[in-house]
Amino acid sequence: MSSSVSDTEPGRPIIEIVGMHKWFGAFHVLKDIHLTVARGERIVICGPSGSGKSTLIRCINRLEVHQRGRITVDGIELTDDLKNIDEIRREVGIVFQQFNLFPHLSILDNCLLAMTHVRKMARPQAEETAMALLERVRIPEQAHKYPGQLSGGQQQRAAIARALCMSPRIMLFDEPTSALDPEMIREVLDVMVGLAEEGMTMLVVTHEMGFARTVANRMIFMDEGEIIEEAPPQTFFENPQNERTRAFLSQILSH
Amino acid sequence: MMSAGQRAYPPGQHPDLPPPAGTVGPLAWARANLLSTPFNIALTLAALGFLLWAIPPLVDWAILSADFAVHDSSRACTGAGACWAVVSNQPEQYLWGFYPADSLWRPALVALYLLGVVYVTLARRVPFRRKLLWGVAAFPFLAAWLLHGGLGLDIVSTRQWGGFLLTLVVGVTGIIASLPFGILLALGRRSELPLIRALSTGFIETIRGIPLIIFLFFASVMLPLFFPEGVSFDKLVRVLIVVVMFSGAYMAEVIRGGLQAVPRGQFEAASALGLGYWQAMGLIVLPQALRIAIPGIVNNFIALFKDTSLVAIIGLFDLLGTAQLILRNENWIAAPEEAYVFVALLFWIPCFLMSRYSLSLERRLDAAPRAVKRAPAE
Repeated sequence: MSSSVSDTEPGRPIIEIVGMHKWFGAFHVLKDIHLTVARGERIVICGPSGSGKSTLIRCINRLEVHQRGRITVDGIELTDDLKNIDEIRREVGIVFQQFNLFPHLSILDNCLLAMTHVRKMARPQAEETAMALLERVRIPEQAHKYPGQLSGGQQQRAAIARALCMSPRIMLFDEPTSALDPEMIREVLDVMVGLAEEGMTMLVVTHEMGFARTVANRMIFMDEGEIIEEAPPQTFFENPQNERTRAFLSQILSH
Repeated sequence: MMSAGQRAYPPGQHPDLPPPAGTVGPLAWARANLLSTPFNIALTLAALGFLLWAIPPLVDWAILSADFAVHDSSRACTGAGACWAVVSNQPEQYLWGFYPADSLWRPALVALYLLGVVYVTLARRVPFRRKLLWGVAAFPFLAAWLLHGGLGLDIVSTRQWGGFLLTLVVGVTGIIASLPFGILLALGRRSELPLIRALSTGFIETIRGIPLIIFLFFASVMLPLFFPEGVSFDKLVRVLIVVVMFSGAYMAEVIRGGLQAVPRGQFEAASALGLGYWQAMGLIVLPQALRIAIPGIVNNFIALFKDTSLVAIIGLFDLLGTAQLILRNENWIAAPEEAYVFVALLFWIPCFLMSRYSLSLERRLDAAPRAVKRAPAE
């Protein structure tokens, strides 16, 4: 896994977004987004709800389609070309707020699915990979259970393992702990910290500011579809430049 | 604050106790469900009264005072009850119409084959299931060959097919073909491609807006006008096409309901893993949607099976058509109740089995711990 993260052209940015716009119908949800992500960088995106942060990361694996501008992921430009989209989806893993595990498949089968049907790996080999990753998110004993039998925290860790099975170079996290009971947030964040330590490129939409301080190289604050402020965590938390950033931080850090 | 009253157990050590006496058991059940209020008591008595009034005479007519002997006319029957000779004198006509007697092993073989197919498809654990599924897939072709003949077998024209055999042919073909057809229509109606969506929607709404019997007349009377002279499709084939199109449209709407109940995130998660449209649909969305739609799907199967009796109106001798044909004979003209009761029973048995199977399937799938834990809404 780490071998796939560290190879080839360290100089080239792994994600490059230039002048990107997106509309939902007439609603201008993302406005003139410019964002460059280096290999191994860990970016935390925060902002009020409806600010477009989820939509932004969903554009990176083309779950959402942008209408203007350019998105390039690991040298592949995102266009309507289905072959490109397939390639991107193999490189980019995503973890959702609602887990989105497949309820009719066991945890192990959730993990195997893409390896056997997209990568066309042989089952024993795929099973070995899946079990190693379930081990890594510390739920190997849940492999043969169904998602509905697991706690929220275990489900989210299974979802992370499922995404890692495709050996992605980039991991997107869309509010991964927002749907969890408070006592389960820690176990999920621990897994994410572990990933960060291994050098995975990560874009994380979250309001877990403790996590952001320890893990992020860069903070991004969004509001009303725009990137308002971008800074290293220390500057971002201690000396935010924009009025709206300050207002937002004071609201989420006040308790 | 905890109140200062007497506690039976220290905090955190309260055991689970049995429920108070008189709240469980059959007597408690009867009190709660049958005799809870004066109105409920009156309803219970009325229902009992109705059953006492209706059941004994029916049993008496159908069994106790009935004449089961084989006679060649209903006039030969003695006794006050039913005259089952209308059935027992010609059971083969109800079962297979005018299928030639020396080829009867063919429908019999198909019936056995059908039972095998049902077993392999529906049973939980079958040895060699994977290999046997090829046999299931081959069923429509082999059954058609066995029944119709050709390739070494004598040809039995579909005009000689009748009775329960014909009912099964129409019903089973409709059931087998309408499910995949309905799935395609439902996916089409939810497609992002406007042309496919419009075609599917138009097809479904047209079919649903017009009675089946009109389509059957169309198939039997008008369709041949559209073909050049000399080209003709078998009437049964035309009827089968109509039945499949008709039930496919209804099936599509039931399946669309199931598809709508599967959260969007499921398809997104599948696509994000790199699965294509058909993979995501086939492996992730449809299994969940079909499971949700089981009651509606089986409801459609049952309705379809009974609707096959409409083919009697355009002159095919299915189970009902055969009964009517027999009743036209002056020997049997006096025994319509018996013939219709027997036909009703033959319809009821497969429908009831389908219904029970659907219930047990739902229970089995519910027992498997597959429901997603609902996370708080976004």
